[in-house]
Amino acid sequence: MTERWEMVVGLEVHCELATATKLLCGCRNAFGDEPNTNVCPVCLGLPGSLPVLNRQAVDLAMRVGLALRCSVVPSIFHRKNYFYPDMPKDYQVSQYDEPLNVGGWLELPDGSRVGVTRAHMEEDTGKTTHVGGGGGRIHGADHSLVDYNRAGVPLVEIVSEPDIRSPDQAKAYVNELRAILVAIGASDARMEEGSLRVDANISMRPVGTSAYGTRAEIKNMNSVRSLGRALEYEARRQVGLLDTGEAVVQETRHWDEDEGRTSSMRSKEEAYDYRYFPEPDLVPLAPSEEWLAGVGAALPALPADRRLALAGVAGVAVTEPSVATVVSQGLDELVSAAVGAGADGRLALNRAANELAHKQAPDAAPFAKVLLMEGEGRLTATQAKAVLAELVAAGGDPEDIARRKGFEAMGGDVVAAAVDAAIAAHPAEWERFAGGEAKLAGFFVGKVMAATAGKADGKAVTALLRERVGR
Amino acid sequence: MAGISREDVAHVARLARLDLTDDELDRFAEQLASVLEHAADVASLDTAGVPPTAHPFPLSNVLRDDVVSPSLDRDEVLAMAPAAEDGRFRVPRILGEAP
Amino acid sequence: MTSAGDIARAVRAGARSALDVVEEHLAAVTRDDGELHAFNLVLGEEARAAAEEVDRRVSAGEDPGPLAGVPVALKDNLCTRGVPTTCSSRILDGWRPPYDATVVGRLRDAGAVVVGKTNMDEFAMGSSTENSAFGPTRNPRDPSRVPGGSSGGSAAAVAAGFAPLALGSDTGGSIRQPAALCGVVGVKPTYGLVSRYGLVAFASSLDQIGPFAASVADAALLLETIAGHDPADSTSLPRPAPALGDVLDEGVDGLRIGVLRELVDGADADVAGRVTEAAAALEAAGAKVGEASVPSTSLGLSAYYLIATAEASSNLARYDGVRYGLRVDGDDVNAMYGATRAAGFGAEVKRRIMLGTYALSAGYYDAYYGQAQRVRTLIIRELEAVYSSYDALLAPTTPTTAFELGAKTDDPLAMYLSDVCTVPSNLAGHPAVSVPYGKGDDGLPVGVQVMAPALAEATMFRAAAALERSLS
Repeated sequence: MTERWEMVVGLEVHCELATATKLLCGCRNAFGDEPNTNVCPVCLGLPGSLPVLNRQAVDLAMRVGLALRCSVVPSIFHRKNYFYPDMPKDYQVSQYDEPLNVGGWLELPDGSRVGVTRAHMEEDTGKTTHVGGGGGRIHGADHSLVDYNRAGVPLVEIVSEPDIRSPDQAKAYVNELRAILVAIGASDARMEEGSLRVDANISMRPVGTSAYGTRAEIKNMNSVRSLGRALEYEARRQVGLLDTGEAVVQETRHWDEDEGRTSSMRSKEEAYDYRYFPEPDLVPLAPSEEWLAGVGAALPALPADRRLALAGVAGVAVTEPSVATVVSQGLDELVSAAVGAGADGRLALNRAANELAHKQAPDAAPFAKVLLMEGEGRLTATQAKAVLAELVAAGGDPEDIARRKGFEAMGGDVVAAAVDAAIAAHPAEWERFAGGEAKLAGFFVGKVMAATAGKADGKAVTALLRERVGR
Repeated sequence: MAGISREDVAHVARLARLDLTDDELDRFAEQLASVLEHAADVASLDTAGVPPTAHPFPLSNVLRDDVVSPSLDRDEVLAMAPAAEDGRFRVPRILGEAP
Repeated sequence: MTSAGDIARAVRAGARSALDVVEEHLAAVTRDDGELHAFNLVLGEEARAAAEEVDRRVSAGEDPGPLAGVPVALKDNLCTRGVPTTCSSRILDGWRPPYDATVVGRLRDAGAVVVGKTNMDEFAMGSSTENSAFGPTRNPRDPSRVPGGSSGGSAAAVAAGFAPLALGSDTGGSIRQPAALCGVVGVKPTYGLVSRYGLVAFASSLDQIGPFAASVADAALLLETIAGHDPADSTSLPRPAPALGDVLDEGVDGLRIGVLRELVDGADADVAGRVTEAAAALEAAGAKVGEASVPSTSLGLSAYYLIATAEASSNLARYDGVRYGLRVDGDDVNAMYGATRAAGFGAEVKRRIMLGTYALSAGYYDAYYGQAQRVRTLIIRELEAVYSSYDALLAPTTPTTAFELGAKTDDPLAMYLSDVCTVPSNLAGHPAVSVPYGKGDDGLPVGVQVMAPALAEATMFRAAAALERSLS
């Protein structure tokens, strides 16, 4: 018997900070340069080299913490010791049990909240490429090549509470996090370029219970879409095991995008012993009250705040999908201005979300004008969209555009006359419509549109038809 | 707490990526055991309420400006490498992902 | 042998040529170092070129600096640009750093002439320089004996007259103990006073670079040159170099000196005897001398060996055959790591890496490393308590005189015990100096240690200078 299962997911997101230089040295923090051209004794871990912390990296990490509603606290760095070719020192400078940011949360467009346990600073590793196996895979490779340009790039690792309950929510979390990181200037957060990397921890439990099941860690998801697919797959896989009474193994699994499945990366050591100890070459970090206040004051309005404000101005619920779209497109100021000029909020949101997304936004005044014209009935919906398209493409004045396109106000008499003409011309259909076949309204609207060269307002025609029936 | 077995030494040698011969394993186990026995005085001390000292002095907030400084010349860097290919450091095949 | 101070004065005044000075010292090296092996590498050509440049500047009316023309020997764990820096280890055999250590740059800027890289215990781990991959250094006072370690080569170079000045590093006594065994002055500065940038790390929270010299005045001159804040070292104190030249003649009138009972009691009788005489000499010079106690000294030794090896196990992980140095190939990268490190490291280094790894490992961290850091706090508190009654402390530098080559190599624990007098200063980050003070019953040099609180170099040097004067 299959019980109803609930997905429990926590996400670990690494984001590269948008600093000019690396975390611990003055080498350039840049993507795509020739291999091993942005390296120095420090980031190569040459004997005798020593680290010095980048002030801007700390500033950006504090911004991330504050934007995620964390407490920014005194912290220290630790060494995480393990051997791997992309590690110049065979230890990573990171933060362990005294991290910079603790205890925050993220609010998603649908109103749900995901807790953020911590967001700490650490240095990135170099990049290995594998030669000789198929498609650059590590499996079956003959040897590997290492580029240390990325070694030492500053990262913030953001760990969520296991509050996520669906693949959609996981995707929304990543998208929201990305939006925040970009809005505050901390990172360009591009998964495809590796400046945002997501690992997931997922377990399943029977709906209605609170104990956690055994979780698996999933790595190698290179896009938000992959994340969703991987979680769906893994949930099915785990339920498949649990339904037959088998146990889920606590392990790390690798997502294969091409095959659409996760596979075990089980290594000999179950829980690796990183032998964390406080980094003796760095001193503790205790940002001053002034610095912290400055970072907080300089934070721009965050997406959640902007959605709330926009919903209020437009007079709709904050969970309206168009609200999130408009904010994510950066069109909220435009819509707010239009509402301020008298346009209907819901109309403004819909037009912006559907007609202006991914396009060059028009100026506030003409946009508001189109909405007002539509609201007054001087433009039909179709006509309004056409005017907006023209505005986006070439700018101009909406009244002029409407005139040029022949979108004149169609007088109520003309429409009524066209309706009556259509009724008279099709008595059989009229009898059926009057008798209750409501969908024949479309037939008559079509006839009226043809007769008026599309200038009649469909809604007005439908209203007139109903009126005629009532008569 | 004192006393370190041959297995402990083997485990620790693996963690530290040190290949040891059987002779070395035996010898080091004996020597390390005697050192740890001497260090038992530390392990068994009552240090309740005593904070650890990670740095002799309470320095904090040592930071540098986010300004680019010259990197090493790539040729100089690769000249040090035991093996290089395509501008990168070459290593034998890696059998697993990073832990 | 002329002092560094005298050489610099003469060269700056144009009274002596730096080239002549260097040739003189290089001749001594050629004559005597075959037997002693103080140097891993003699930099004859480079030294001559540097000396010539100093002479050129003097002729051009420029001032080459306070160490103009003075030959200096550098411990082979100090990075010297383009010049092999081996740490006396096979794993770095032939490696040339692409940069100078900060202190090396400061020496060069002061006009000093680097004459060579000196032998040491591998990666600074040892107390006899017998752990060098390139063979031991012999004590110039008696070549059948060790010079001490780990900076044995630097101590021997000064004792043998190869250079008036040398730099070493001190993590648990590695400057002071060889200074005592070779009969020269050796200083460990306050932690953070001298930049560690370019010092190949052994134990990061304990390591300090410091001077060897034949006199307290020369040691002070060298320390002034290398000390002071370095932005490349985050643990570097935000202070300039102390001015020490002026304080040396101030004497010890009214200074409160405590003789460290536990350490005197733990030393050989003849060594203890020299400390007692030193105390009497200071009293005669006007100091108030009493007895002080730091009961945790034995605990301190154990704590040191846990902390130092833990940090070292991490600092030495980078020697893996990937980016520089020795590589022994393997089927896969882990095999390569294992084979490279097995072939590249000597037994003492392997022992300490394993001890340190164990002390940090899961299940043992709290009992070993964690406890050791708490013991460290206890030692610091005990020393602080003692310094409320005393301005400086007196103790043996090491419990014995120089032992014979091979005498302790089979017993690592016996070797570790020779650090008991020196490690408290490293744990606390306090300065300490070893001053030659008479001989043991065997006719070998004895060193007496002056210890002072953090940043009290001036007090420490005053007492050291007074001790030195009392011998003449």
